[in-house]
Amino acid sequence: MPSLAERQRAFATALIDPSLPIPAGVVDPEGRACPRRFAVYRNNVATALIEALESSFPAVRRLVGEVFFREAALRFALAEPPRSPVLLEYGAGFPAFLERFEPAASLPYLPDVARIERAWIEAHHAADAAPLDPAALSGLPCDRAAEIRFAMHPALRVVRSHYPALTIWRMNVADGVPGPVALDAGGEDALVVRPEAQVNVHWLPPGGADLLDALVRGEPLAAAAAAAMRENMDFELAAHLAGLLESGAFSDFSAAAA
Amino acid sequence: MAMSRDSNVLPPRAGVGLKPQHYATVLEERPPIGFFEVHAENYLGSGGPPHRYLTAIRERYPLSLHGVGLSIGGEGPLDRHHLLRVKALVARYEPGAFSEHLAWSTHGSAFLDDLLPLPYTTETLSCVARHVEQVQEALGRQMLLENPSTYVAFAESTWSEVEFIGEVVRRSGCALLLDVNNVFVSCTNQGWNPCEYIERFPMPYVREIHLAGHSRDEDDGGGPLLIDSHDREVDDVVWSLYQQALARLGPVPTLIEWDAQVPEWTALEREARRADSILLGSGRVPAARPPRKVPSRAVAG
Repeated sequence: MPSLAERQRAFATALIDPSLPIPAGVVDPEGRACPRRFAVYRNNVATALIEALESSFPAVRRLVGEVFFREAALRFALAEPPRSPVLLEYGAGFPAFLERFEPAASLPYLPDVARIERAWIEAHHAADAAPLDPAALSGLPCDRAAEIRFAMHPALRVVRSHYPALTIWRMNVADGVPGPVALDAGGEDALVVRPEAQVNVHWLPPGGADLLDALVRGEPLAAAAAAAMRENMDFELAAHLAGLLESGAFSDFSAAAA
Repeated sequence: MAMSRDSNVLPPRAGVGLKPQHYATVLEERPPIGFFEVHAENYLGSGGPPHRYLTAIRERYPLSLHGVGLSIGGEGPLDRHHLLRVKALVARYEPGAFSEHLAWSTHGSAFLDDLLPLPYTTETLSCVARHVEQVQEALGRQMLLENPSTYVAFAESTWSEVEFIGEVVRRSGCALLLDVNNVFVSCTNQGWNPCEYIERFPMPYVREIHLAGHSRDEDDGGGPLLIDSHDREVDDVVWSLYQQALARLGPVPTLIEWDAQVPEWTALEREARRADSILLGSGRVPAARPPRKVPSRAVAG
């Protein structure tokens, strides 16, 4: 008689590898081997994990179609099964998987569209916080503005892409209308925020992602602006900052010198 | 908003499994539903719309939390991290009941996202009873254990399912969630008599009932194989088994579960009304059943 540990090991192994026979001792009421019955469990597990990914990556699914998506999702789920029963957190590795997934190589923007969807889900479930009121900065003396450090809103995510991934994502969400996109028109960076209940995805003008990366690292405003300027000659801090404040990217700031 | 203590108790009325597509309707129309139930794992994010809606609905209705990921029948140790997250959720929402399944779903560190069947052996019994005790100790309250839907049996089983469940109750001090659809699905698939199952089930410990729809397939020999699909109305046979159970039990909180192919709200409300009318006709005056404290020292096997 197998121990419970042996039983569950054999059951789980056969569950995720359909090429294996069903384990001995898994039977129907008459004590006979029952592959059709065992297949219910195989099918349940595969379907549940595929559907978890389908609900998190709807634009990717629309771009590649149902059959392709389900095959890709199944292969990902077998290679990287969830490590927690909290499936709203599952799929962090899916964009990187798509990057390595040979059959998707002809869609080089696909992993970045998946990154935007992943950022959207993370923002949706992130901790709540009131966004920083831009008026809070208005009383600050100019000489101290350079030393401001921002606390990022918990929902804030930045997704950089060498492709027009944001345009492609927008065309392939619920109400989107797909149309021609020039893949060589340059990259797009996306800002994902959720100041209140609603997740918003904004286009970040050139230099915006560099500025945010530096601010996320905890650099003061002047140093972060300098970093952005190194990469983008005509970077204008005031316009960027106004846009970020308005979007709800920050939750707080401190103006003390470090 | 302050809630009265009584709102922590599930009333002996029909409740409905809460789905995101019905949040707005529930808050706008305030339908006369006894309680709502959610899967704990769907509310373990830090914040955002799911918690906003659940908080608003919890302020207006009693709530039941139903876990689908603790893997109580798993041979390995319980996932402490996950258990602590569930504990925090229970503390946050103060549900009228917390329930989990007689099943396993995690192997090694991989979550297999299905309620997998257990061999009914004395070894499994010790494992399940120990895990139920650990959950009750962590949550500081009695939990409800749900009878499973199963599609296979195990050659090594030595206990009947009903006796096994009764013994888990005796050892761990837990209460029970009787899923009447699971009774019919398992009895059909295992060749048991569902009326006998209901007759022998340890009814004094049942605090909640689940009702759901199932689909039909065929097994290896062409016989009927029922699938616990939660994707349609409750079957007429299940309604009559429900009446049989209530005749023994009196009115208990009864949940309509509909998790796939989720219909318009009105279809769920119709099912809830049908359950309510049976509950009202089931005789005995309902007694409020506040959640019991965990026995200070659980009896070990």
